Amino acid sequence: MSVPALKSAAQGASAVSARRRRLTLSMERREWLAGYLFVAPDALGLLTFVAAPAFLALALGTFQVDGFGGYQFVGLGNYRRMLADPLFLQSLRVTAIYVVALVPCLYVVGLALALAVQRPSLASSVFRSLFFMPQMVSLVVVALVWQVLLVDKIGLLTRAAAFLGLGHISWFGDPTFSLAVIVFISVWFLMGFYMLIFLGGLQDIPREFYDAAKIDGAGPIACFFHITLPLLQPTSFFILLVSTVTAVCGSQTFDLIYVTTKGGPANSTSLTTFYIYQTAFEFGDYGYAAAMASVLIVILMALTFVLFLITRGGRFHYA
Amino acid sequence: MPDASAFDGSTALRPARLALFLATAIAAISTVAPLLWMVSTALKGPDEVFDMNLVPERPTLDNLLYVFTKVDFLRFLWNTFFVSSTVTVAALFFHSMAGYALARLRFPGREAIFLAMFSTFLISLPVIVVPLFMLVRALGMLDSYVGLIVPSIFNAFGIFLLRQFYLSVPRELEEAALIDGAGYWRIYWSIILPISRPILSALAILFFLANWNAFLWPLTIASDQKLWLVQVAVASFRAQYVASWNYIMAASTVVALPTLVLFVIFQRQIMESIKTGGLK
Repeated sequence: MSVPALKSAAQGASAVSARRRRLTLSMERREWLAGYLFVAPDALGLLTFVAAPAFLALALGTFQVDGFGGYQFVGLGNYRRMLADPLFLQSLRVTAIYVVALVPCLYVVGLALALAVQRPSLASSVFRSLFFMPQMVSLVVVALVWQVLLVDKIGLLTRAAAFLGLGHISWFGDPTFSLAVIVFISVWFLMGFYMLIFLGGLQDIPREFYDAAKIDGAGPIACFFHITLPLLQPTSFFILLVSTVTAVCGSQTFDLIYVTTKGGPANSTSLTTFYIYQTAFEFGDYGYAAAMASVLIVILMALTFVLFLITRGGRFHYA
Repeated sequence: MPDASAFDGSTALRPARLALFLATAIAAISTVAPLLWMVSTALKGPDEVFDMNLVPERPTLDNLLYVFTKVDFLRFLWNTFFVSSTVTVAALFFHSMAGYALARLRFPGREAIFLAMFSTFLISLPVIVVPLFMLVRALGMLDSYVGLIVPSIFNAFGIFLLRQFYLSVPRELEEAALIDGAGYWRIYWSIILPISRPILSALAILFFLANWNAFLWPLTIASDQKLWLVQVAVASFRAQYVASWNYIMAASTVVALPTLVLFVIFQRQIMESIKTGGLK
């Protein structure tokens, strides 16, 4: 082959590769464009209807807003007011008690139910469905059903309690019991969901561990503490975090309280989310409500960060 | 091997297992008892409401008829059906598009976008309801179907589940189509959507249920009675008929029945998708 021929062949090859590069570049650009367009609706929607309100809460929190849409900048005034507001402090106290009562209850009940229905059998799958069924009903209806059962003096469970010698308790009307009743109903409603998450976690534990333990003569209790519980750790983290978030600001509890007690009696069930709602929509104090909401948002962002770390970047499986 | 485990399982622990079975059965029945009580009360006459019997002595449909004649429940049911289905279809469409792009397409800023979406994950409605209400009011969406529907579409959970699903789908299918010169939209529409039918139908049930049962947003955004959804309607019905529990339970039954029927039909898909998805 002559030198010029070689040269032209090389030139031809480089022209081809240049064209291919242009081609791949344009294909790459097409992929970029497609990516942005595919993500756009959800990205814009989340930005407008979730992220923007969250930032708006922080911004609005520095204003006093009156019922006629007048805004007045008050700086950190709303935050100072919070620290001296007995109702806000009470709502934080109620929220804290609610979290401390609900989270361990859900953990124990959810795990117990999962262990009870873990074996694959017809009966187990029927039981699973029954335990999960309350989840299907709206919280409004749940609240009404429990109100019927707990009506003062004549409700079925009120009479049952009286029959057991507890006296005529006003479950929703007595501040000693109201929050406990809300916790109980929340557990009843949510336990099926946590049972399923635990079942998912239990499934991932290799059977060989139990077989080996049995050969070593370990009983069911030893198996539970030395195999099940340690290997459920990722699931447990996930469940504790999600149930904490649910307890602090889930709409479930809000609906329940809105229908049953409206935060009463004597503010004994006034969760922070409920107090925020009241402040805005009953007292018309949007700025102050936004300031209180922004405190919860900051807490939530911190919890989200933790969740991101433990799920290794949003991968929801527990292996 | 199987006989060994059958041996220690069934003979040594039989009484313990029986006790566990009975305890579980009692717990399961007690769990659904309040719902049975709801239906029972809905079928009882006013004189019988607080009798202790679960099966009504003189069952009557009067309560249910009363609910439908006194209140425009058909309209509220239709509103709820319309809003829930629209939200579900729109959400699945957008989430599958976003999930596909985040899992498969390479473009600058993809990880940052995913991270930003993730950061909205735990922000629940009660926390942002006040600023969201003000924003939606400023956009002129108060008291409208748009206001009921659009803000309910967007939540990060569906995006994650679908992204994860698409990460596990083999690439070969799309690559063949890409070599054949198909555009990304064609690939999404005629390859990606059909293979995601199982996960989309599972999510559809979950989304529909969540929207059917939603209370706080419909309560906040729609004061016009024409736009009420069932949950708001039943809560206000309760406020109106303070102690007529037979009527209140009839209304509750009407509202709860569609979701309970859905559950009976789709229980396997619903529970499986929660178990593997991890979150609602």
